[in-house]
Order: sequence, then C-alpha cells, then structure tokens
Amino acid sequence: MLITINGRGMEVALDPRTSLLDLLREHLELHGTKKGCDQGACGACTVLADGERILSCMALAVQYEGRSISTVEGLARDGTLHPLQQAFIDHDGFQCGYCTPGQICSAIGMAAEIARGVPSAVTPDLAAITILPTRDELRERMSGNLCRCGAHNGIIDAITEICTTEAAA
Amino acid sequence: MTTIRDAAQKIMQTAIGLAPERWLPGGTPDPLIGRHGAIGSSVPRVDGPRKVKGEAPFAAEVPARNMTYAALVYSTIARGHIATLETDAAQAAPGVVLVMTYRNAPRMAPPAVFMSDPRAAGASSLPVMQDDAIHWNGEPIAVILAETQEQADHAATLVRVTYTEEAASTSFEYAAAHAHRPDNVLGEPAVIEIGNAEAALAEAAHKIDRTYHTPRYSHAAIEPHAATVWWEADGQLIVHDATQMLNGTRWTLAGIFGLKEEQIRILSPFVGGGFGGKALWNHQILAIAASRLSGRPVRVALSREGVFRVSGGRTTTRQRVALGARADGTLSALIHTGIAAMTAYNNCPEQFSFPARHLYAAGSFKLEQKVADIDMVANTFMRAPGESVGTFALESAIDELADDMGLDPIELRRRIEPAKDPTSDHPFSSRHLLDAYARGAERFGWSARSPTPRARREGEWLIGMGVATATYPYYRMPGGTARITLTRAGHACVAMASHEMGMGTATVQVQATADRLGLPLTHVTFAYGDTALPPGTIAGGSSQTASIAAAVTAAGEKLVSALLKLVGNASPLAGLKAGDIVARDGGLGHRALADRFESYVSILSRANRDQVSAEAEAPMPLEVQKYAMHSYGAQFCEVRVNAVTGETRVSRFLGAFDTGRIVNPRTAASQFRGGIIMGLGLALTEETLFDERTGRIMNASLAEYHVPVHLDVPEIDVIWTDTPDPRAPLGAHGIGEIGITGVGAAVANAVYNATGRRIRDLPITLDKLLGST
Repeated sequence: MLITINGRGMEVALDPRTSLLDLLREHLELHGTKKGCDQGACGACTVLADGERILSCMALAVQYEGRSISTVEGLARDGTLHPLQQAFIDHDGFQCGYCTPGQICSAIGMAAEIARGVPSAVTPDLAAITILPTRDELRERMSGNLCRCGAHNGIIDAITEICTTEAAA
Repeated sequence: MTTIRDAAQKIMQTAIGLAPERWLPGGTPDPLIGRHGAIGSSVPRVDGPRKVKGEAPFAAEVPARNMTYAALVYSTIARGHIATLETDAAQAAPGVVLVMTYRNAPRMAPPAVFMSDPRAAGASSLPVMQDDAIHWNGEPIAVILAETQEQADHAATLVRVTYTEEAASTSFEYAAAHAHRPDNVLGEPAVIEIGNAEAALAEAAHKIDRTYHTPRYSHAAIEPHAATVWWEADGQLIVHDATQMLNGTRWTLAGIFGLKEEQIRILSPFVGGGFGGKALWNHQILAIAASRLSGRPVRVALSREGVFRVSGGRTTTRQRVALGARADGTLSALIHTGIAAMTAYNNCPEQFSFPARHLYAAGSFKLEQKVADIDMVANTFMRAPGESVGTFALESAIDELADDMGLDPIELRRRIEPAKDPTSDHPFSSRHLLDAYARGAERFGWSARSPTPRARREGEWLIGMGVATATYPYYRMPGGTARITLTRAGHACVAMASHEMGMGTATVQVQATADRLGLPLTHVTFAYGDTALPPGTIAGGSSQTASIAAAVTAAGEKLVSALLKLVGNASPLAGLKAGDIVARDGGLGHRALADRFESYVSILSRANRDQVSAEAEAPMPLEVQKYAMHSYGAQFCEVRVNAVTGETRVSRFLGAFDTGRIVNPRTAASQFRGGIIMGLGLALTEETLFDERTGRIMNASLAEYHVPVHLDVPEIDVIWTDTPDPRAPLGAHGIGEIGITGVGAAVANAVYNATGRRIRDLPITLDKLLGST
C-alpha cells in the first residue's frame, strides 16, 4: 500500500495486523514515535494523520492507506527545531524524554482543535467561536498524554508559549 | 542500597581514622562549594535536542540483523506446578523461531538477589524457568520467539497449560498474623528501642495511637521494560537494556550464565523512566537464554500488562504510629512500627520506619519493622522506598497530635526539632528543616489557614491546607570510577558507566566537571550508560550526583598530577606542586599568582600529546560514618474536596527543600516537581489492585492504574534553601526521591483541614470521603 510519512510517499507491504505504530517503529525504523502501552491509554504513540492527532497504536496501518502521517521526526525544518520542540527544551518539559514525542505531536494537533473552535469538557461556553488556550483548557486537552517523570508544568508552559505566540501572530 | 553501604562499612571502619579525608572532620570541604560558575546555573539538558526530536535511542529501538521478537506467556496461578504444557501449536504457528519453556531452557544459576552482595542486582533469587514450579501469578512460563512481534504475540496465545495448584499466601491480613522480623532492614537494625516507649506513651499527657495503611504502587514508567540482546560469534554477550544498575546487572548476569564479566557488555544510554523499577527482572534473562538457544538476536519489549506481571512495585504496608507528648509539646514517646508484604525471595522490606529514626527528638523510641510473606511478583524499590509511605504515617500522626493539642503543626515541629540525630547521636552535617518551613510558610500563605476543619467553603467545595515534612537520606555509593580524558583542543570527556533516566545526571556532571577543571561548558562532555566505560554506581538512593562527583574529583586530582609531569622547565607552572595548583580559565594556575598559568592547550601542545587521561575511584563514603546526613523539606498543600462527590482536587502545592547546594535549578525543579506529582498519585489516585483470592494484579494497564494526568497537576511551586552541606561533594545532596516524601501526609492533612475527615488508608479516593457534607 501507499502511505505518506513526513511528506515522503512510500510503498509498504504489510501483515494486515500491523499497527500504524509498529509500521513506523519496526518496519520504517522511525523510532521517534513511542510505544508506552499499545492500548490507547498513554498517548506516547500520538502522531498526526492529515493534521489530526491519533493514537497510532490503536490504528491498523492499512486504515491509513493513502493518508499523510506526520511524526516527531518530521517536525524540525532544515536542522531548526519546531518552535514547540524548542519550547519543550526551554521550559524543561520532559525528563526521560519517552513521552515527549507524543506530547509534542498531541499538542500540535490540539492547538489546531482549539483554533478550529472545538470545545472541551472545561470550555466555559460551548458555543463560543473563539476558544482561549487557558491553562485549564490545555491541561484538559493534554490529559490523554501521560507523563510519569512529572514534567507536566513545563509541558503546559511550553504549549502555552506556542499557543499564545500563535494567537498573537 | 544501605547494605551496599553496609558491606563497604566493614572496610571503612578499618580505614577510618587513617588519612583525614576531604568530607570528614578536619578535611577541607569541596573547594567548589563557595565558587560560582557553571554549578548553580540553569543549564538546559545536554540531551534535550535528541529527546525532542525523537532521536534518543531506547532499548527496544536498537537495530539488529536477523532480529527475533519475544512474547511471554504468564502463569495464571500464584503457587503450584505446571501439570500439562502443550506448545506444538505455538511451535507450528507462522514465523515462530523458538518456543522456550522450562523443558528446554538452558541451565542457569539463580540470580544473586539485590543486597546479597554489593554487586548483586537480581530483583529476586528465584531460579528463572528452570522447573515446573510456579511462584507468583504472572510468572513467565514460556517464551516465544518469532520473526515479527505480531507472530510472537499470536503464537503465545496458542500455548496451553494446566496447573496443579497449591495453597498460596495471598492475603495480607493472614500473612501479617505470621509476620516476622527480618535480620535487618537494608543493613539497618529492624528494631530500635530507646527507653520504654510504651510506658511513656501510657503516661503521656497527650497521645495519638493510629494505624495507617498504604497499598501497592507501580512505577509505571512510560517506557515499558525492554531489552535487545545478542551473542557475538566470540561468545560476547551484548545487552541493550533499560536499566538503572549497569554494572550490577553485568555481574549478576555473569553469575547466571557462567560468564566472566568482561564477556558481557550492557548499554543503556537512555532510560524512559526508572523510579527504581528498571532493574534485572526475568525478561532480560529469558531473552538472553532464548537468544542462546536460537542463535539469533532477541528483542523483548514487555507489553504494558507484562510490566505489571514481571516487575514488582512498591509493596503494601500497615503501620502504627503512636506519639506521646508532654504539655509543652515535646515528645515523650515516638512509636513507629508495622508490617510490609514481601516475598521470601527478595530483600526489600519498604523501610517505612526510617524517617522516625532521624526526624524528631523524643524521650523514648520504639521503631520496628516486620515483613509478611506473600506469593507475588517480588516487590522492589520505588521512588523513596520506605520514606514515601513512612512519612505518610508519621506526618499524618504529627498533624493529628498537633490538632489534638491545639498547636499549629509547624509550631509542633519546632518544639521537637532535635539538636543531633535522635537515634544515632551523630551530629547533623547540615539540617535546615525549620528554615525550609519558614520560607515555605511565608510563600504559601500558611498563616491564612484556619486551624478549624471545614472553615472554608466555596459552593460545593470544601477547602483546606495541610503541611508535612519531607526527608530522605544522603547516600554516596562506593565503587564508582571516573576517567577524564583531556584533549589537545582543551576538551574534557568524563566517562563512567552511570545512568541518565531524565534526572539531569549528564547535564549536572558536565557542569560540575567544567568548574572542577576550569573549562567552559562547551568543552566538557559526559559519556555514560555503557559497561565498557569505567564502573559506575547504581542510579538509586538519590546517590548518583554525589557518587559521580566524588569520582570525578579524584580523577581530576590525578589529571592535575599527570599534567604537572608533562610541563617542562619552560612552563610558567614549572616547579609547582599539585597543592599549589587550581584549575581555572581553561588551564592550570598557581592558586595565588596570576601569571603562573598555562592553558591545557598549551600544556598538551608543548608536550606534543594529543590527550591525557586519568582514572580514579571515588574514596569510600566515610562521611556518613561520622554525620547524620539527610535532606529535608516542607510540603504545603491546598485541596478542594467536593462535599457532594468526595472528589479531591489539589489546587495549590509548594515544596520548600533543604537538600544542600542546588547544582542546576532547572533540572532540580523538575526533579522536585516530579517527586511531588508522583506523591499526588500516591495520595489520591494510584493503587495496584491485588486480588487476594488469586494473587493476581487486576489493573495491569495504564487505563486502570491511575497516574496523575495533566488536569490533576496544578502549578507546583518549589523553592530551596540552597545551603551547601560541607560534608558532601559539591555541597550537594541527591534530590530524586525527596520530592515524593511527605506528599501523602500533606494531602491527607489538607483533606482533614477541609473536611474534618482523617483518611488513614491510601489512596484517598472519593468513596472514603462520601458524605463529607
């Protein structure tokens, strides 16, 4: 089947049981996307499918035939870190680094959800056209991405910086 | 880890009193203590870019040609024997390379269990897949190797097994009724009695006598345990592991497989969270055995369920704390006793009585630990083993006593502050707990707290504040060796088989070495995570920062001597002795005369050397023989408890720490916060559910084992005294574990202040607070 990974079209032949996560990690040697639970509970495997955040462990690779997948390896441009990657460093938004790619991909997808006006469980006004990236909004929306080192404050700080910069731009 | 220290103490006790040592009385404190340079700076993590780019390779990501993938089959009974075992269907399944059971597994010696030898790293002394006996529910009974993970996982479902069950010890209450006193608790006595505490308690003007329960907990590192292993043609064994004990694992594997240590190389440059859990469990041993049988590389990446089945966590405890107080608030009796569940095959009794040995003055003490034998996966060290749950009981009881006496809980702690260690009589090397309390109380706004429970309410939400002491010992592990290689370009590389699991180890050692050698940060690198390097010490007991720094100090002194031998008569350093020399400005110079200086580049160029290398072992940690060395903190918590649902939300948290000098404020803050957040899980959400009928862990997933998520974590304020400990290298204490201590009690005490309900049974789930209206 054909699939686009980080802008590159690829032809892959697969056992149909293969998850999108295992396609990335075991067949394409793109190990940036992490396996934390393989059952949709931790968010470490989060990637972007046509810009939308998904759990790649819960996705069969064959479901994504013809789709465009972005992983953490595709974020830096010409050797320059994506602003959110840099913000994670600046705010110490990680320790061991294992949940980090999932947090970053999830945050990028999440920011797009906020920009599209998709409400969350803590959005005060569900009908609001514009949703502000408050800490509560970010914390709620990022709660599917577990971190065990306890870098939560730094992660939210980093995402806040990017969301407010983008909102101002 | 204390036993490792203990084993070393025999040597130390003979060595002590010989040459005065730097960290001892009469020794000169580390000269870097007073100096401001890279140490104390908020340096970003040296491994940060690789981690945010997803380029840091973890153990399950190491490529190997001709790889096979392992899947494990786990027992479903707690004790007994395998009656029938059918593996033909699994063997015949597509892609299967090997089915290994006790019938064909190679003969292996039992692992040397941690604490049985300073080098031992085994989580349990049980033999691994050597016979048909079952010792815990979840013990691996078969290993499948296949060409792909999917094929291995499928074949594992085809193994058919029946058992002959035997009566198992799976009930804590039953086992507790037969609890026994261990020979020692991590090298310390299992019981300490000073005076007659029970009699003093009976006569006390004020008394509290309570029982506290803490459940099993799981480390739940986001990276599941994994290893990629193979045997080289020459018999060399390569293990890419996720471990916090490289050299111990190597020594222990050598014993299991009958190898020399030099025949094994273990690499673990990145570890996706450890917290005590990334040790030597069955999976690495089985993968190595299966690789030997199949002749192919093996990747064993445990499923999340597999992590719960194969690797143990923090064990359950039942603790009694009884406090007798005089009318002036001083203690006449301090009793802290209890029982922890343990297996008969490991040595990890959850040292919950340790805080009470060192924290407070009292007229009499009774401190005792027992263990109850349970048939379960071996429990193990998890972030502040003992101190985390021990401070929950002790600090809850202190709060109960303060409440009973009408005293502010911080004021009560002022009245029981000891002048020296209350059970060893040793002087404290550095203790500023009350300073931490004062700073924390000021910043948190403690004075706004009403001593009366239920005094603050906003709608459905009851609001309360609580406080508790944090404490964790200072450990420095013996046996570590550092090698410094200085190049002609003026770059230094420190090499030591140490561990970086996110604590900031590599970053702070680069900082410390830069100051030690007078080099800019850009000119120092730290090589770690590989047994091909000089031996490191375990990443445990919050000990690495001090342990590595002491080895680097020793190697640095040797390096200076080696450099002085290179300088010729033309050098400005000619004729100077090592004692005259300080490292500064990218070279060596006389400590007083500015013009007597030569850069490293110049020294090596003049001597026509590409590099100079020096290697030295850290001196024994004699400082802990003379001083009571501990870290402290004051944990402040504000909670909101929903009066209708019993839901507890932590709205504010502040930790004020006294942990010696802070080497890197940025990574230190993350370590403190990380500990506190794991403490919030300990207090409110986490519990490894153990079915006492079957001995099976029932919530072996991250969906049902509830670690705190983003919405559970408020902004956490951390501050520190930054007062150096003159007896510690760099003046610094390790800080990985202290953050979790005291948090359980701070939360429980805040819940009491909010609701008037004392919860003495963790975690504080909604059901325990229902009806708080």
